[in-house]
Amino acid sequence: MAIHAADFNELRLDRLSRAFGAVQALKDVTLTIRRGEFIALLGPSGCGKSTALNCLAGLLPSTGGGIWLDERRIDTLRPERRGFGMVFQNYALFPHMTVAKNVGFGLAMRGTPRAEIARRVEEAIGLVQLNGQEHKLPGQLSGGQQQRVAIARAIVIEPPLVLMDEPLSNLDAKLRLEMRAEIRRIHNTLGSTTIYVTHDQEEALSLADRIVVMRAGAVRQVGAPAELYAAPGTIDVAEFMGFRNRVEGTVTAIESGVATLSVDGGSLKGKATPGLKLTDRATLSARPEDMHPGDGAGLPVTVDSMEFRGREFVGYARTAAGAAMSFQAGSPVATGEVVRLVTDASRALVFPGVGL
Amino acid sequence: MRALAADHAPGLRVRLAAHGLDGVTLLVVPAALFVLGLFIYPFAYGFWLSFNPKAGGVLANYGRFFSDAYLYGTIATTLWLALPVTLLNLALAVPIAFRVRLMRRQRLLTTILVIPITLGTVLVAEGLLNYLGPQGWFNRTLLWLGLVSSPVRLINNYWGVFLSLLITGFPFTFLLTLSYLTGIDPALENAAATLGAKPAQRFRHIFLPLLLPGLAITFCLSFVQAFSVFPSAVLVGAPAGPTRVISIAAYQAAFEEYDYSMASAVAIVMGLVQLGIVAAVLGARGLLYRGPAGGGKG
Repeated sequence: MAIHAADFNELRLDRLSRAFGAVQALKDVTLTIRRGEFIALLGPSGCGKSTALNCLAGLLPSTGGGIWLDERRIDTLRPERRGFGMVFQNYALFPHMTVAKNVGFGLAMRGTPRAEIARRVEEAIGLVQLNGQEHKLPGQLSGGQQQRVAIARAIVIEPPLVLMDEPLSNLDAKLRLEMRAEIRRIHNTLGSTTIYVTHDQEEALSLADRIVVMRAGAVRQVGAPAELYAAPGTIDVAEFMGFRNRVEGTVTAIESGVATLSVDGGSLKGKATPGLKLTDRATLSARPEDMHPGDGAGLPVTVDSMEFRGREFVGYARTAAGAAMSFQAGSPVATGEVVRLVTDASRALVFPGVGL
Repeated sequence: MRALAADHAPGLRVRLAAHGLDGVTLLVVPAALFVLGLFIYPFAYGFWLSFNPKAGGVLANYGRFFSDAYLYGTIATTLWLALPVTLLNLALAVPIAFRVRLMRRQRLLTTILVIPITLGTVLVAEGLLNYLGPQGWFNRTLLWLGLVSSPVRLINNYWGVFLSLLITGFPFTFLLTLSYLTGIDPALENAAATLGAKPAQRFRHIFLPLLLPGLAITFCLSFVQAFSVFPSAVLVGAPAGPTRVISIAAYQAAFEEYDYSMASAVAIVMGLVQLGIVAAVLGARGLLYRGPAGGGKG
């Protein structure tokens, strides 16, 4: 494979900040990315992940901190001097240029000889499987094909870093899954370093080597997907990782890492997180798939509705206090019926404090 | 079977509606009458009138126009004013629009620029007459600074009309250019920048090709405006000679010679010249990319 990523060892963001007037969109983001890694910046909209990406690309000047590529400081360089490949959310293909011209644009700007441009463009187009579409205009392509062109255009310049800004958000569900696999395949083939911005935890979990969870302009947690999935460090990271149910109560027992929480009308068990103490007020956080109707002392809820999901049912219910709960069940429960929900004690998490 | 088909054949009303004609279509009538009465009829009448000269055959007016240098010369005179003014306006509008598109207080600037349009050509010409005259501020400043020893002549000649057309035409050209420019997705420039294109390359490869079709339209509209110059050619120009534009020829035929037929012929010639230039520009535009100026779906 002739297309390969330019060499460097690590990219460092050092207390990178960006303010828009009084609003701090990015607060002291410090992060080290090693060559070849696939990093996902994950967070809800407005968390600063796109700002971080634009600062990296040089499209937005940072207002504090620095960006270092090995020993070279790059945050003062203009975007055209950084040489990073970027894939935009709306693709940003040049509408007046053919697919081949779009892909070859970066090389042409570098004054690469024509014959070499033709060869590398052909190779990049082959890599994203768009052979035969070279002479079409972007407007004649489907959304998925446009996305492939955008990716080919970004990687053909062999950038040290590929930046992707929610590249799949404009595609339909089926295409999104296809392109997701494609993006990871291309990353593996080229050995490139990719920073991928998304608000979709599933996308981040399936693609990334490491996930950076952001909230309100700051990094909340950095970790491998399995680590973040099983042990989110804070309740808001947990919520972003699919722990949609929250129940508040008082800790009545902690035994070999499992806390028992006395809640409104029953009790629930979950893994104790660091800092949790007996008789504390605490919040249990659990995924719908880790809560089931059980017998005995679970949390009593009134079922609002059930959805059939193939292998199982997903139920929506309400506690006596009115908090929404969702759970999984092997068989349907009638609407209006009261069931007691129990948790999978090894998967639910109990965080110290309430009103989090 | 046939009877059944006849039973189900849709009525006239339904068939008309399928072609987009129904009661609502009647709302077009007032506008159509307006256009017919105030545009098509006068035009057709003038066209017919131009072929009914006071003396001579059907084409006598046109024959006279194209054999008299005092008349056909007005075409070149007018083009010599309208073309450079339009091109200069475009050349000024593009870089200024590039700067303004990044500004936050665009509305204030737009308002200031619209003022010359609303004031009209006569007021601007009168203003220029004072400002650029031998005793005007402009010349006095030049004299005071010692840049010239005697006042520069800027009115009652070619330059007076040129400047007046530039001032009244610029806001229009600029606003059109700005709207075309802001219609180009800013992500395209960002994409070009991340791919290594320097500002000049971004202009040449991205903005210019996407802007050209709009600039062609802007050129046509500005040109037609400038070509029909009349008040400033009389007020700040030299209507007997260097700025004897084609509309003056038409005016003289109509109101000095009282030859409406000849005046109509001049007007038709004027229209044909405009049409020729516009057709040439639009024809060239047809060779350009004219699709959307966005970067993709979304």
